[in-house]
Amino acid sequence: MTATAEPEIGKARTRKEDEHLVTGRTRWTDNLVLPGMQHLAILRSPFAHARITGVDTAAAREMPGVVAVLTGADLAEEQGSLPCAWPITPDMKSPPAPSLAVDGVNFAGEAVAVVVARSAYEAHDALEAIDVDYDELPVVLDLAAAAADGADLVHPDLGTNVSATWTFDSAEAGSGGDVEQAIRDAEVLVERTFRQQRLIPAFMEPRSVVVDPTGAQITMWSATQIPHILRLMLAMTLGIPEHKLRVVAPDVGGGFGGKLQVTPEEVIALLVARRLGKPVKYTESRSETMLAAHHGRDQIQKLTLAARRDGTVTGMKVELLADMGAYLRLVTPGVPILGAFMFNGIYKFPAYHFTCTNVFTTKVPTDAYRGAGRPEATFAIERMMDELATELSLDPLELRARNWITHEEFPFDTVAGLTYDSGNYEAATARARELFDYDGLRREQSERRERNDPVQLGIGVSTFTEMCGLAPSRTLGALAYGAGGWEHAAIRMLPTGKVEVVTGSSAHGQGHETAWSQVVADQLGVPFEDVEVLHGDTQTSPRGMDTYGSRSLAVGAIAVVKAAEKVIAKARPIAAHLMECAEDDLEFTAGRFRVKGTEKAVGIGDVALAVFAAHDLPDGVEPNLDSEATYDPENFSFPHGTHLCAAEVDTETGKVRIRSYVCVDDIGHVVNPLIVEGQVHGGLAQGIAQALYEEAVYDESGTLLSGSFAEYQVPSAADLPTFTTGRTETPATGNPLGVKGVGEAGTIASTPAVVNAVLDAVRRFGVRDIEMPCTPMRVWNAIHTAQGGAR
Amino acid sequence: MRITVTVDGTAYTDDVEPRLLLVHYLRDRLGKVGTVIGCDTGNCGACTVHLNGHSVKSCSVLAVQADGGDVLTVEGLSRNGTLHPVQQAFRDNHALQCGYCTPGMIMQTLDLLAEEPDPDERAVRLGLEGNLCRCTGYQNIVSAVQDAAQRLRGGGSAESTPTEAAKSDTAPGGVR
Ligand code: FES
Ligand code: FES
Repeated sequence: MTATAEPEIGKARTRKEDEHLVTGRTRWTDNLVLPGMQHLAILRSPFAHARITGVDTAAAREMPGVVAVLTGADLAEEQGSLPCAWPITPDMKSPPAPSLAVDGVNFAGEAVAVVVARSAYEAHDALEAIDVDYDELPVVLDLAAAAADGADLVHPDLGTNVSATWTFDSAEAGSGGDVEQAIRDAEVLVERTFRQQRLIPAFMEPRSVVVDPTGAQITMWSATQIPHILRLMLAMTLGIPEHKLRVVAPDVGGGFGGKLQVTPEEVIALLVARRLGKPVKYTESRSETMLAAHHGRDQIQKLTLAARRDGTVTGMKVELLADMGAYLRLVTPGVPILGAFMFNGIYKFPAYHFTCTNVFTTKVPTDAYRGAGRPEATFAIERMMDELATELSLDPLELRARNWITHEEFPFDTVAGLTYDSGNYEAATARARELFDYDGLRREQSERRERNDPVQLGIGVSTFTEMCGLAPSRTLGALAYGAGGWEHAAIRMLPTGKVEVVTGSSAHGQGHETAWSQVVADQLGVPFEDVEVLHGDTQTSPRGMDTYGSRSLAVGAIAVVKAAEKVIAKARPIAAHLMECAEDDLEFTAGRFRVKGTEKAVGIGDVALAVFAAHDLPDGVEPNLDSEATYDPENFSFPHGTHLCAAEVDTETGKVRIRSYVCVDDIGHVVNPLIVEGQVHGGLAQGIAQALYEEAVYDESGTLLSGSFAEYQVPSAADLPTFTTGRTETPATGNPLGVKGVGEAGTIASTPAVVNAVLDAVRRFGVRDIEMPCTPMRVWNAIHTAQGGAR
Repeated sequence: MRITVTVDGTAYTDDVEPRLLLVHYLRDRLGKVGTVIGCDTGNCGACTVHLNGHSVKSCSVLAVQADGGDVLTVEGLSRNGTLHPVQQAFRDNHALQCGYCTPGMIMQTLDLLAEEPDPDERAVRLGLEGNLCRCTGYQNIVSAVQDAAQRLRGGGSAESTPTEAAKSDTAPGGVR
């Protein structure tokens, strides 16, 4: 066995995953075909709010190929309620959330009946023959109106549309001062209301689920981010013994939080398969994804920032209205409160108050979407900092520097009650400035202003941090989240010296197989190629908390490190026995136990073979080199960075073009720069899309107008610029790899950078704000309205 | 209706419903599941294959329209275990993450490069406009297409093309 001399960590390894993905030899859920498999199609409500007074399925049952037609009433006894795992307050209101509607529907697209047929085409044909009688009820669409007294109610039984109110106050928490006092004492006050539009995660692989009830266990394959959580939740809510259920997430085509869910469709497929005793498949169409898979964001943020005339921020008050949609799904209520800890950003102002009111509307539920709570918070603070800079005629970078936590001040206890372990905002900002040519672009900006160029240039700044590596279990407990934040790993040294790594982190495009192989190669000193990473199946990987919140590397890979340490510890006495020396005389480097000061050595693979043969082991030693570890982080990790955007705004058409985009991200140590770069690019695309392109729009009847890729503008290659990326490296102090996490950074930081740039270009016309997405129409309107329509 | 279609070099004759989409014929009847479906409006390009030498969105073509035709899917690209240069370029440039858009992107790239063997960045971006990717932000896809173009023009294997990531700078100024 050859030992790798050069460390794997830090190498831009091309991915192990890619060979099968570029050749089409993939295992998407929808590819599965099982003997006797039936196909499901789901009838969805055309109304946003209605009582169901009757469902006639007789004609549908007679259609060719149809095996069964089931309604919510048929499944009422067994379907339970879809789980919400995050009761943020003890008195939180949460209506029952059936998978298949029983009495009524509360959003357009809610599942009303399911057809089981020989083929998907036949199942869809039969949908048309189902006759449902609806009694329409008033729709509840406007978030602010829904929260007000006297509003029409989504769930009349609850007596209110408010699900919960959650508050954090720095004076009460002892992490800072009194905001009201700061506001009274302020020399400058900036008050703004921002809207975080509703977004659709838009993973490229539509959701799909296959259930086979015919074995000793029920097996579910699902395009999910969370096979482990899904199994547990299905077991708990449906009363299926957990050990009788296996969940597999094969290749999964993107998630972005959108597949962090226990979906109605998974429950329906499971119940139907069990009832029929036959395998079934449900694969949704894109239109169904848009309509019925959870959406993200959708908040109204009312902010008050108090400051002194020299630019020192003295306090911030945040009042949020968060749209839950019609039901609370898995983590719906917790998304806005995750943001509560991030509204202070990278700044050290001394007083902070946050209140969030979670509100029901007759729309599809919201839940996690890339960044979950943190993009919303970062947007708000970074927009406010720009508004304050404008108010004080300060350069936005200068204003930030006057308020940020300096490098010497880490670790830093924030006003929101977190401890930021490390950071260097100065370094990242300096690097970004340089890559961007900040001063040069500012010069060009004033030239364009002077000559009244119809195309104005705007420069947008966003300096950010985020909490990732979700999460210390104790913290989650304090926030009333229903589970912990640990991650599990196992390592099996095979007799030939090859290594199987089992991880509870379930990848859907993040490249775990490659990154974990690099980590293990360094830890055990084995070649990268000799490591196989197994994940996404509760049978091969029985324990896990799955992938979301940029936790895979910062939590999942650390569990792998811990498991590797145990393997080495287990091998050490055996190696000593084989070489007839004392354990203390051994050093382990590059995959070999060496007797210090001699050439005598044995590779870990040789130990594995000796253990397998078990002919000559020390007394009492178990004949295997396997280990398991469960790692619970002590703190979050806090990636940070500085993003700069130059946007050209055509003042005659309102069109925005990103001229250049520079980001310098500090994500601590980097395991694979190739993967990191890819994550950053993808994140930027999603954040820029929120700023400029994407919005889920409902009409006044509650119908989703942006129900396909024709209307919901996921940007194409032609819509996005080439990004310039840089890095600084300030290791996280809380884990042995010094890693922080990168999955959400680009999304979190880029939205405010772009909007700030757009506003910077058009402020001279008196424009104070433009709602996202900043479409040509909105930008043009903003300019004209600010000019009294006379421009 | 009875149709005869050559797919990835093999001729198939089948009875199909007139409404059967080519993508469903490929996936459900022939087991060619490398071609995937991302939408129902012809907007995403995930299902892109070649029909008679040109890229088409196979969700917008009926199987019967392919009668007598020649279809090439991503599964027909690699020969004897050797990746096609476009596949290799996608791999080397980390032009995919979840990989769901990848078959369509690769097939569209082939069409793009057949028409314009040396496209500049703008031409690549415009040429891929009908194919959506949610993961990559497209930058590495653009690099991959240009890398593939070079390989196909005989510019030698760019196996060790420095990727964007390798080029990205790391300023250690922040190390504590
Ligand atoms: S599946 Fe064919 S274009 Fe989307
Ligand atoms: S790689 Fe995931 S959609 Fe393109």
